[in-house]
This record gives sequence, structure tokens and C-alpha cells, in this order.
Amino acid sequence: MTIPAISLKDVDISYGDTRVVRDVSFDVALGESFALVGESGSGKSTVLKAIAGLAPEWTGEISVLGKSRGHGMDRAFSENCQMVFQDPYASLHPRKTIDTVLNEPLAIHGIGRRSEKVIEMLAAVGLDRRFRFRFPHQLSGGQRQRVAIARALMLEPRVMLLDEPTSALDVSVQAEILNLLKRLRREQGLTYLMVTHNLPVVSFMCDRMAVMNKGRIVEIAPKTALYDGGFADPYSRELYAASGGNPGAEPDMVAPATKDPA
Amino acid sequence: MNETPLLEVEDLRVSFATPNGPVEVVKGLSFTLGREERLGIVGESGSGKSMTGRSILRLIRAPGKQTAKTLRFDGLDLMAQGNRQMRKVRGARISMIMQDPKFSLNPVMTIGEQIAEALRVHERLPRRDLRARVIEMLTSVRINDPGRVARMYPHEVSGGMGQRVMIAMMLIPRPQLLIADEPTSALDVSVQAQVLDLIEELVTGNGMGLILISHDLNLVARYCDRILVMNGGEVVEACAAQRLHEASHPYTRGLLAAQPRMEETRDELPVLDRSGGAGT
Repeated sequence: MTIPAISLKDVDISYGDTRVVRDVSFDVALGESFALVGESGSGKSTVLKAIAGLAPEWTGEISVLGKSRGHGMDRAFSENCQMVFQDPYASLHPRKTIDTVLNEPLAIHGIGRRSEKVIEMLAAVGLDRRFRFRFPHQLSGGQRQRVAIARALMLEPRVMLLDEPTSALDVSVQAEILNLLKRLRREQGLTYLMVTHNLPVVSFMCDRMAVMNKGRIVEIAPKTALYDGGFADPYSRELYAASGGNPGAEPDMVAPATKDPA
Repeated sequence: MNETPLLEVEDLRVSFATPNGPVEVVKGLSFTLGREERLGIVGESGSGKSMTGRSILRLIRAPGKQTAKTLRFDGLDLMAQGNRQMRKVRGARISMIMQDPKFSLNPVMTIGEQIAEALRVHERLPRRDLRARVIEMLTSVRINDPGRVARMYPHEVSGGMGQRVMIAMMLIPRPQLLIADEPTSALDVSVQAQVLDLIEELVTGNGMGLILISHDLNLVARYCDRILVMNGGEVVEACAAQRLHEASHPYTRGLLAAQPRMEETRDELPVLDRSGGAGT
């Protein structure tokens, strides 16, 4: 059996005295794209934070690429696993230029050829060179999220944790960022663990999903469940219905003849 | 019943002065809203949809400027009203639900007091009736145990409940027109549907007009009769909600296609062409 990219076994996570996640276990295969879905407060972002080391009060076992994870910050770990946050308006330092932001992970890990790497990465996420010495406030939301993705990719990680990467963006900009993430995954063979409450996004981006409710995983389903509503758990079905997924009842708003020639 | 439309807007313009001259964010918008009609305004950020909603209530603050050939609500020329007269219209006859209950509710007033205040500004009522109306309103927005919730502060309730409180506050003076500006974008999907169903039920039940402003095309199509698609301060397309999928304008088509679907099979989502100047 091959080693899973991310593996959680019986993980409980607490903030102080409150336990917010209970008994979470799942495996994400190498190269897979896995989604955590659920309402706010269901604990999905907390799971990501625990994997990234931002919620250190957990028990159980978390391992990434076969190495089990300690409770603190871990340099070797961050070379393999990086996170992209929800709100690009909040996750970039307002007084640092894009160049500084992208250089920082390289400097921390003592990696050379920085200038070339920054230029390469800007090109990879589809940002023009002229953005390199700008500040975040001079960029739009979509451009900022591209910078945040570039920052996460600077260390060439193999696993990416994505926390609602497009929920703060407009539909058309969301499409651009989702395309970008999909392309990067294909080109660099990345593994994605993505948190979202938007089921159509899961349908576009992911292979499997875990549905969370009140800190527990109620069901792990393949993406095909979104096509026919084949969920076993009543809560998952409720979530599916609330997202407008009701095969037969809802006319497809998008006409079929809009395939982009590119 | 009279046959005049509830709201008539002709050549509405909103502009802001900048160092490089005035910038128009709404460029000559015209539409009419019938009684009991539900109109959706859709567009991306910066398309001018929220400014349109605010300008109907004449809520554009200086340095913003608003002009219109006609802005008539139920026979009343809104452009000719002074500030004092506008205050009698706002809330009582036209109400607006804002995006985020966290920022729109007063954090140091209980929920009951805030709802009662909305009513007291427009009507004189004995205290006991006031309280009864508040409880009745909270019940109608499906809040369990309204007596207890009325004594709570906004930070003690969830986002979905906060938004229902906002709806209660906006509907208690029984307005004729409700403007809902992204009423659910701060809420979870599962709560979104509940809040919108509630708005729909109260709007149709009380014979109100509704203007629903949102960036979500499918959502607007589900809850409105007619849709205006805005881009760059102009209406690029107006159509009936059921015919949205037959929309012909390239911008509308682009927006529709850019949305991932529940049964997604495309490898790549089509992206809007930004060379037209609508930068993001």
C-alpha cells in the first residue's frame, strides 16, 4: 500500500476547554483532491488549522506524507505542506511588497536564486511582472489571492491546505482562481485538502469529500454523489438540498453550448 | 386599486468626485417596479448595484452626487423631498436589509429595543402594544422563544438569527417596498435558503414590492420575477427570471458559464474577457 499524503486518525481538537472536533479520521491519497464541507462552526477549518500547526491542542495522530506531525511548528513539515487562507484582504501584510512576501519563505529556509524564483512563480500564477514591487492595496481581490497561492507554492510543497480560497471573491474571479488551482495541481502533481461550503466548487475541484456536522465527520462520499444526490446521511442530504442540488427539480441554469474554446 | 407602478426610475445617475474628475458609478439607469413585483439586480462588485439600491432611499452621502429625471415612489417624487421628509419614507414605506447583521445591528441595545425603536420612530403606540408587536414580529420571522430573544444582545445570537432580527426590524413598520442588499451573502448555504424563503413569504403575504440585490445569478432567478444584469454602472440585460438561461448578452452568458455546477464535467471554467475595461 502506498503512503497517503494526509492521514488523520481519531483526532480530537480543542480550543481551551471546548472540544470543537471529535473523532476525525480520514486519508487523502497522493495527488488526490479532497474536500471538507459543512456549515460554519462544523469544525472544518479547525481540522486544517490542526494539520498546519495553528491549532496545537489536539490528540490522536496526524501524519503528512508518512511522517507524523508534532504539536509545534516544524520547518521540514512546512516545506511539504502549505496553507492558503480564505480572505486575501486579510492574509497579506499591508506594508510588505509582493516581492518581500514571496521572498520570505525562501529566506527562512535558506534557499538561493530567490529573484529568479519569484519571477517564475509570478508567471506560474498568472501575474504580470510589474506587480512584483507593488503593495497588496494596489491589487484586486483576485490578484491578491494569486499572490497568496504563489506564497504557499514558493517552497514547492506537495500538499496544499486550502481554506475557502474563493469565498471572498466574485463569481467570475472565482472561476479564474479555480482554473488556476486546477492547472497548478495538474502541472505540479499537488495534493489538495480543501475546505468549502460551496458544493458546486467541490464538484469542479475535488474527487472525494467529507461532510462535517458539529465537529464530526458524518459521511465520506465520492464526488459522484453530487450528480445524483446519493448521500447516505440525512444531514448530507439536507446540505445538498439547501445548495440547490435536487436532480430533476432545478432546471440547469447554464446552457450547454458555452464551452470555452481555450 | 390604482395602476401606477410602485416605483419609477428614469435616468438615475450617481457620481463621485475624484482628483481626476467625477466618476459615474451608475450611468443613466431606468426601470419601473410594479406593485407586488419582485425585481432582482445582479452584477459583480463595482457594477453599481448597491449604489442603485441606496440611491432609491437617497442614501448617497456627499461627496457622492445623485441625479434622476424621475424617481417616483407611489406617486411621490423622491428627488423633491427634503431630508426631513425622506426620513418619513425610509423605514416606514421603503425599507432596506443590509448585508451583514454583525455590522448593522447596534451592539449595545437589546434586540427587542432595536425592533421597537424601528416602530416607535414612525408610530405612536402604548408600551404594551409595542411589546406585543415586537413579539409578534419575532414569531413571524420564526424565532423560537421570542420573549427571551428580545432581551438578548446582538452578539448573543448567530448570523442567521441576526439576519432574521434585521428582517423583523425592517418589516415591522409594514413598508410597501423592501430593498434587500445581499441579504444572505454573510450566511451559510443552509441558512441562506431559510432566510430567503422567509423574505419571499413575508413579501408576498403582505403585498410588498421587493428589490433583491445580489451577485448570485441562480439565487436571484429563484426568488424574483424579473432580473436586471448590471455591469459598469449600466444595465446590460433585462429579462424575466425564468428566461435567464436564454440570456443573450455576452456578459450575462459569461457570468452564467463561470459558475461551477453541481454536476460539473468541464475541465476548465470559461472566464470573462476583461479587455473591455471592467477590471477587477
